[in-house]
This record gives sequence, C-alpha cells and structure tokens, in this order.
Amino acid sequence: MLTETALAKGAEAMAPVLSFRGITKTFPGVRALDGVDLDLYAGKVTALIGENGAGKSTVVKILTGIYQPDGGTILVNGVETHFPTAQAAAKAGVTAIHQETVLFDELTVAENIFIGHAPRTRFGLIDTSAMEVEAKRLLTSIGADLDPRIRLRELGIASKHLVAIARALSIDASVVIMDEPTAALSHKEIHELYELVEKLKAQGKAILFISHKFDEIFRIADRWTVFRDGQFVGSGEIAEVTEARLVQLMVGREVDKIYPKRPARIGPPVLTVAGYSHPTEFDDIGFTLHQGEILGFYGLVGAGRSELMQALFGITRPSKGACRIDDRVMVLRGTADAISAGIVYVPEDRGRQGAVKGLPIFQNVTLPSLAKTSRSGFLRLAEEFRMTRDYTSRLDLRAASLDQDVGLLSGGNQQKVVIAKWLATRPRVIILDEPTKGIDIGSKAAVHDFMSELAAEGLAVIMVSSEIPEVLGMSDRVIVMREGRIAAEFSGDRMTPENLVRAAAGIEGEAA
Amino acid sequence: MTGILKSREAILALAILALLALVAMRFPAFILPGNLANVLTDTSPLIILALGQMVVILTKCIDLSIAASLALCGMVAGLLNMAGVPIAVILLAVIVLGALLGAFNGLLVWKLGIPSIVVTLGTMTIYRGIIFLLTAGKWINAHQMSPEFKAFPRAMILGFPVMTWIMIAIVAIFAVLIYRTPLGRAFFAVGGNPHAAVYTGISVGRTQFAAFVISGTLAGLTGYLWVARYAVAYVDIAGGFELDVVAACVIGGVAIAGGAGSVAGAVMGALFLGIMKNALPVVGISPFAQMAISGIAILVAIAFNARSSRQKGRIILKQAEHRTVEGTA
Amino acid sequence: MTSTVDPMATAPGRGRNIPDRLVPGWKRALKSWEALLFAVAVAIFIANSLASPYFLDPWNLSDASFNFTEKAIIAFAMAMLIIAGEIDLSVAAIIALASTAMGLAMSAGASVPVLVLIGLATGLICGAFNGFLVAGLGLPSIVVTIGTMSLFRGIAYIVLGDGAFTGYPDAFGWFGQGYVWWVFSFELVLFMVMAVVFGLLLHATNFGRRVYVIGNNATAARFSGVRVDRIRFILFLLTGLMSGIAAICLTSRLGSTRPSIATGFELEVVTMVVLGGVNILGGSGSIPGVVIAALVMGLVTFGLGLLNVPGIVMSIIIGALLIGVIALPRLWKMART
Repeated sequence: MLTETALAKGAEAMAPVLSFRGITKTFPGVRALDGVDLDLYAGKVTALIGENGAGKSTVVKILTGIYQPDGGTILVNGVETHFPTAQAAAKAGVTAIHQETVLFDELTVAENIFIGHAPRTRFGLIDTSAMEVEAKRLLTSIGADLDPRIRLRELGIASKHLVAIARALSIDASVVIMDEPTAALSHKEIHELYELVEKLKAQGKAILFISHKFDEIFRIADRWTVFRDGQFVGSGEIAEVTEARLVQLMVGREVDKIYPKRPARIGPPVLTVAGYSHPTEFDDIGFTLHQGEILGFYGLVGAGRSELMQALFGITRPSKGACRIDDRVMVLRGTADAISAGIVYVPEDRGRQGAVKGLPIFQNVTLPSLAKTSRSGFLRLAEEFRMTRDYTSRLDLRAASLDQDVGLLSGGNQQKVVIAKWLATRPRVIILDEPTKGIDIGSKAAVHDFMSELAAEGLAVIMVSSEIPEVLGMSDRVIVMREGRIAAEFSGDRMTPENLVRAAAGIEGEAA
Repeated sequence: MTGILKSREAILALAILALLALVAMRFPAFILPGNLANVLTDTSPLIILALGQMVVILTKCIDLSIAASLALCGMVAGLLNMAGVPIAVILLAVIVLGALLGAFNGLLVWKLGIPSIVVTLGTMTIYRGIIFLLTAGKWINAHQMSPEFKAFPRAMILGFPVMTWIMIAIVAIFAVLIYRTPLGRAFFAVGGNPHAAVYTGISVGRTQFAAFVISGTLAGLTGYLWVARYAVAYVDIAGGFELDVVAACVIGGVAIAGGAGSVAGAVMGALFLGIMKNALPVVGISPFAQMAISGIAILVAIAFNARSSRQKGRIILKQAEHRTVEGTA
Repeated sequence: MTSTVDPMATAPGRGRNIPDRLVPGWKRALKSWEALLFAVAVAIFIANSLASPYFLDPWNLSDASFNFTEKAIIAFAMAMLIIAGEIDLSVAAIIALASTAMGLAMSAGASVPVLVLIGLATGLICGAFNGFLVAGLGLPSIVVTIGTMSLFRGIAYIVLGDGAFTGYPDAFGWFGQGYVWWVFSFELVLFMVMAVVFGLLLHATNFGRRVYVIGNNATAARFSGVRVDRIRFILFLLTGLMSGIAAICLTSRLGSTRPSIATGFELEVVTMVVLGGVNILGGSGSIPGVVIAALVMGLVTFGLGLLNVPGIVMSIIIGALLIGVIALPRLWKMART
C-alpha cells in the first residue's frame, strides 16, 4: 500500500511483496491461525515473534505450500495467489531455511541442493553435470568450499548447515524464510549468517525471520510482527519499539522477573569430579558442586557440555577419571546406577530423550520410580497417580487429565512432566541441559523460578545453557567449556558477558 | 573420503572372487566360462527380484509377497499359453498383472497407512491362494506348454540365453532409474529422511506406491521366466524365495532401515547367494547345508553393514580428529 | 539434609486440580480394538454353528483348539517382543531345531523329562543367540531373525537331511495328545495358563510397563533408567523358550520330527499378534487381544475345515481377514472426515 509519506521520501515501492490477509488454519480441536495478517517487504527483514503455539510454524508451512489455509487470502505483489504444493510455492519464489534438517545423508551435496527441482536433460533424466556446476556456484557464493559430488554423510554439522542454506538459495526466490536459523550455530557462523542476510536484503529479497532471541531481532530486523495464540497482535518498525513492549505483546501481560535470584545458601560439596575424560568427547574435567548451588556451564554448541553431562548420568562411559558423591566413588554402568546414586539429567532434546510420547503423563512421571510405586514387581496404579498428583501440582502442570498422552501437551508442559519425573526420584544432583530452549517466555520464568527453589531446598543444580543472560542470571558460578575442555571458571564480579564469550571462543585476555 | 578399496561394493566383489577361488580349488571346472554363464542365468531371477525389493526397502518398506506374485503370474502365463495366447501378449499380461498385484500392496500402504510388513504378509497368502482357486491345485507340466513358451527364455543370443539378457537389461534400466531420475533420488530421500521429504515436495506415500508397483512388475516378469525355464507351474513354486531375495539385499548392503543401498550392491548380493547355491553341491557339501550357510552369510553381512554405518560419537577433542577435511564446530 | 517427607512433593496453594482420568476404563474398553475383534469372534462363532451341525460338539471344539494353541503360546511372547519394537521371525526354525535336538536325544535313549529339558534348553539357547545379536550387538531384529531362521532350520536339515525321527516314547505323546480333565487337553490348559501368565506380565508388572516404554521411545527409556538392552534380551529368551515349549507339544502331537516341521508358523504367529491389535511398529497392544485373535483364527480354520475347505483356501481367508480387520477402521475414519 503506497503511502504519501513513502512517495514523499522517494523510497522504493512500499507495497509488500507478500501478504497474508485474514488467514485462518484449523486442525482438529485447535485453531492454529485465526484471521492473521502479515506483510513482507522487499529488501527488509520482518521478524515474526510469538510464543510456542502462537502459530509461527503454521505460517511457514502455509508459505511453503505444505498446508493450505482454511480461510483468508495470500497476496503476492498484490495478486491473490495459492500455493497448493511445495513446488508451487517454490515457483512463486518462496524459499525457506527450516529449523529441522531438510537434508538426506545418502545423496550428494548437489542432489541435496536440487532435490525436488533438479535440472533435466532432454530425455527427462537429471542433468547431473549442470546440477553440479550450479551447486558449486551457489556454494561459493555463500563462502562454502565444498565438493558438490560428495555424499552428505561425509560432512560435518557446520558444512551440512551451509548446504541447507545453499538449498534455500537454489530457488530463485523473492521471499526467504529463516526459521530459528541460529539455534545450532557457533558465533562465527551466526556472524556469517548475518552477513548473508545483509546480502539478501541488498538483492531486494523479502526476509521473514523467526526467532525468539531479542538481541538478534534488534540487530538485524527492520520490522516486527507479533502473534499470540494464533492471532495477529501488532506490527511495526523495529526502530520504534522496545523489547519490553514486544514481550508484553507476546505474553499479554508484563513479565519482568525472568531471572529470579534467591540468596544462595551454599552447603557442603555433593559432587566431585576429577580427571574425567572420554576418548573423543572431553578431557580432564574437574570441578566441585555444592548443595544449594546453581552451577552454570556455558560454551559454544559442540563444546562438549552435553556429552560430559551424559557421561555423568551414565549414558556413556568415561575412559578415565572419577566422580564422587559425598566422597563415595560412583561406578556408573548405566543410567539406573546414576539415578540410585542421586544424579538425574533433564535432557536438551525433550521429545526424543525426555518424554515418552504415546504414553500417559502418569506413566512418564513414575517411570524411574517404579520400584517405589510397585509392590513385588506388580504395578499399583493408585500409588502412581498419587505420586504424579504430588509432583505435577507442585510444578503447576496444565493438562486435561493425568491419563492424557504426554505428546499432546505443549513444550513447556512436557518439560514440567520431565522435571516432575526426576523430582520424584528424590535426587541430590539435578542436571538441566538447556532447560528453557524453545520454551515460551511465560514458562521460561516458571522454570527459572523453580530452579531457584530447588537450590534453596538443598538440591545441587547444574545448568547447561547457551544463553548468556540466562547463565549469568541464574548461576552462582559459571564454568566455560571449549572443545571438550574446561576453559575457565568464573564467579562473583568476574561473571561478565565479555569474559564468558572470550573464554568460550578461546580469545586470550580477560576484562578486569 | 573413503577410498575405493573401502567401499562396500568393492568388499563384496572381493568376497565373490574369494568364493570363486575357494570353489575353484576343489572343482576347477566351476570357473569355466560356460559354467559361470550357467550360474549367471540361474541367478537371474534372484537378481531381478533383488532389484525390485531394493527399491521397496529403500523407501523403508518390505515386500514379502513377491514370491507369491511370481508364482501367480507364472501360473497365469502357463494358463494363457495353454489357451494359445501368443508369447508377446503373455509377456505383456504378466507384466500388467504383476504391476496390479504390486499396486494393490502399494495402495494399502499409501492410502490406508497400513505397515508394509502386515500388508504383504496378508497378500502373500492371498495371492498364492488365488493360484489354487484358478487351478484347483492342478499342475501345468512341461508337455502342456508350447515349445515356443519354453524356448524363449533359453534362446541363445551371443552366447547368453535371453533370460540373462533380460536381467542385464533390467540392471541397466535400474541403474538409470536409481541414479538419474527424480523418482530414483526420491526413493533415497523418502527412506533417508521421510519427515524432510515432505518439505521438498516429495510425497512419501506415492513414492512407496511406485516402489511396490516396480517390485510387482518385476515379480510378474520373473514369474513367466521361472515357469518357462523350469517348465512347470504349480501352487508352491518359489516357496520361501522372498526370504532369499531379502537376504540378497542385506548381503548387498541395502540397509533395512531404508535410505541406503546401491544397484551394484544388490546385484552382487544376489550373485553371492547364487554362486553359493550352485557351488555347494559341486564342492561336495551336502545341499542340506545350504540353508545354514545362507543364514551365516546373512548374519555376517548384517554385522558388517552395522559396523560400517555406525555413527562415530561426536568428535569434539581436536586430538581425536582423524579427518582433516571436516571436523565439528 | 534429608527428611522423611519430601519438601518438594507438595507446596500449599499451588497447582491445578487435574483429574486422574477423564474417560472411565470401561468406556475405553468398549471402543477398543479388542472389543471389535471380540464382536467378530462372536459373529464367526454364530456363523459356524449355523453352517455345520458338528460345530457345537465339545469334543470337536476341543480338537479344534489344537490348531491354534501351539502358535498362540508363541504369540504371547511374540506380542511382547513386537510391542517393544522388535520381531522374531525365527520361531518356527527354533521349533525345528528343538524338535531335532529332542529327536537326537530320543535316539540316544533319553527319558521323557530329559527330552523336555532339551526342548526347553534348545529354545533358550536359540533365544539367547538372537538376543545377543539384537540386544548385545545392536543389529536390526528383522534381518537378524531372517538370518537365524535359515541358520537354525539349516542345522536341522544338516542333521536330518530328508529323513525323520520317529519312535518317540508313548509317555512323551501326552503333551500333545493328552487331556488334563474332560475336553481340556494339556495344550489347551497350557494355553490358558500362559494367557494368564503373560497377561499379568505385560499388564500388571513393572517389566511389562517398561516393555511399552521401550516400544514407544527406547531412547527416552534409556535416559530414564530403564535397562533397555537387558529387557530386549529377556524378550528374545521368552520367544525362544515358548518356541521350545511349542516344539515339545508339536513333536509330541505329531509323534515325529522332520526338518520341515512348523514351516510357515512364524507368519501365522505374526498374523495372530497383529490381528490381536498389536501395532507392528511397537508401543501398543494387549494380551487379551491376542487371545481373541487366536480364538478367531482357530474358529475360522476349524469351521472351514468342517466345510471341507482346503488348507490353502483357508489361508486366503486368514490373509484377507488380517488386511480387512486392519483396513476397515481406517476406511471408516477416512469416510467420516
């Protein structure tokens, strides 16, 4: 929509390249999108902000032709359009870098880039040489030095990510969707991604940027749109809005105490680790954890923190070193041993490692504690429900019944079930691996609140996190890991963002 | 990059050569070209069906009904022959029938979402039972088949029988199909990452349907070849053959979890089994030992498959990196 | 400091009151697969009794039970294995090997208790071998058991060639041919006892709960302290053991051992399990369902047998039944939306 201001400013045409007007999408029992509007402008980055369940991934799926809207219109350059298939969306110039990996290990780099739209020869066969040449060109344009003929499975994670980006760019697009693109990237890669975004903007592409990291949003976005519970709540220029206002729109209320700190009453050491090593994942790890303490573990993705925690929990075996609880050396042959020693682990990958979807909430909660609820090996459901009621009410779980399939709960509530499960085992040490990753801001505050209470009640807490505000806000002490080793340990005044980042990246020197 | 020597296909080729060498030590006449040609012809049905099964397994499915489809189409071929239908029409008929049998499987998997092992477990008995319904259990014997019917697969061209040429043609077509067509690449995509395939516009169900149609078509064609070559058709022909076919795929490195495998591998897996089957009686091992040896070969192949595809734990420590090409972040 | 009351368990004034269950148990049972199958069983029973005057005779019914009892006891163990996300296609081959081992022992003059022991032991050893390959080495069970299927039966062929063991002692015949009380044969009683044992094991014990968990998400199970590998190993021991027991019954009933004994059993057992409502991909299913499925298959085979339908046509009907019973609910759902 051309405004006089825009004309007066002599700006480029301010008509949106792509718009949603009153788009609705309903699934059985859930209205994912309720009459939402969205505008994407050429050469500008629009950040789509909202809690989990706000409808962002549904928007992406409609834009890429995977879902069809039930109501409303999609306008491309002012013309009403449909994307009945993924191919149609691609043809209309919409491409996406997804959150999940859309890649295939057994195909070559070039085939991965062009799958679904490979160039053909006269006979309808795939034109492999043309495909490889074009793939090479795309890769070079994003600074990736990869041979398009090798199989994807031979590449490391960073290179695979570059292939995913190349794939998104292989479609001559006017709209580029980036869905939580920096979730698994190192600082260097994030920086390169920002440069790529600038390049795409300069090429006049319209970018839809989905993220819940406000520092990122304020760094690269030009405009913002907020959804809440499937509804459009507002949009505008980034320059004219504050983080607090965005959060307020997202949540519908003011949320200030995201990082509640309670005075720490640190008790005697509970867990002592010395010389802990693994052949490929970490080396010479040593630290002490005290009762009532929250010990933060910071580092870049791939620094080895989760691997260390999983070894402490008995998932993998260390090759050297000892870990002691209350001065007793622990021999861990499996997770059952760790649990009986009082160490529990709330995993990062909630869906795959934490909750058992398909089973009811109460069965999830009692799983490691069956010995306690059962008698002579026989189940006692009344006991299981009692245990579940106790711990889920403590965590303010929201569910229709304790019998409900845990897979139907929201991410935040699934996390609560997982935490309830571990609390029921009465642990001494609880390890939380990225506990608020991908969780809406309301539940985030609740989890943090809860962590503080756990520490106050005498538990020893280890928190692995990649978010500096969270690490600094919640921890009493921070250990920074880099490439499988402990790079530094900070406490008190020396717990600053600069120190953390430097230690994690291996830059010498410290701020005073 | 893995060197050529370490590739699975190369190891399989070496294993075949080693097997031949072992046999030749006891019975040198085995590796005479004439005999090897016979072995190749004998193994052709297995090779053809292994290719069909390969695309099914690639898409994370399994087709246990191929032997029954083969038998049914073979019987129909025999019946048509007795009714005086020309060979060309018979060939067309078995191909179409095989495709339909495969399509039935494929539809149940695609449109109703029934797991393929259940579908083909059911159709396996249904298809074989239909043979009985068609013939009330009677056999078609050699003297009831026309001479052209029996002679066609054995007709010699350039030193090899037609059956072998058909197999070679199918291998060639498959190589193009798998490596150079979008459908061929889709088989790998669907099996390797079915959730992601949707984002690239590939329909998982439709790809699986195509795989079953291909598998059924090949079973139909092989039905005629089998019945014509062995000059007999009855309810129980090729009984249990579906397991040999799956074994050939496994030995050939086709991952049962889907998404990985190669045409060369499937062909060599079938060759390995075929050579073994032919060699054992000649070397003096009782044919009764064949089953046990097949079983051991399968188990060894599986263990080998697993070892080569096992993902190494995350390599985080710099000193643990062996490859200079790619490390992790 | 620890205390007897867990301070983390209840905090005053917090939390929502979430009901334990929304839908009462009996209501859920009515809508279940098992209920549908039970209705099918009743329908078949009525159809059969109308079709043939010989059907309702208790001794005929008792005779009929022989055609499903041996498969059913394996099916109970197989159901648990499939719920846990694995499969064992070697069960029929284990029967062949166990029967061959018993035949060897019999030829060496072993007494009946020793024969039984050997049958059970062979079953356990084969099960342990499968368990080692799948749970110990982490190999995929479908192809492993296709391999061991060939191996086990292959060994039987090596031992016997195209011969047979006959001349089992008369006392041995009691397992497969004897009666405990009135029309209740040993096999039928064994079936009922195993139904109760496995029913309790799967539905009322910690072990059974863990089986369901593994079938739904083995990774999360491992991360929750479940000894996944140990449980998988035990499940393969169970299918092996049940195959051993079935071998004793079958050999005793037939009075002989051929290496081709029980050919095709494994597929009938899997059919019985899937017909019983167990999801072939794992994670759900029940023993009562398998019991009803066994009865359905038994009723169908028996009823058709009375009508002189040939065996191979019977298997068409079983195959069609398998697909039909699974397809119908899905077609219904598709028609509704």
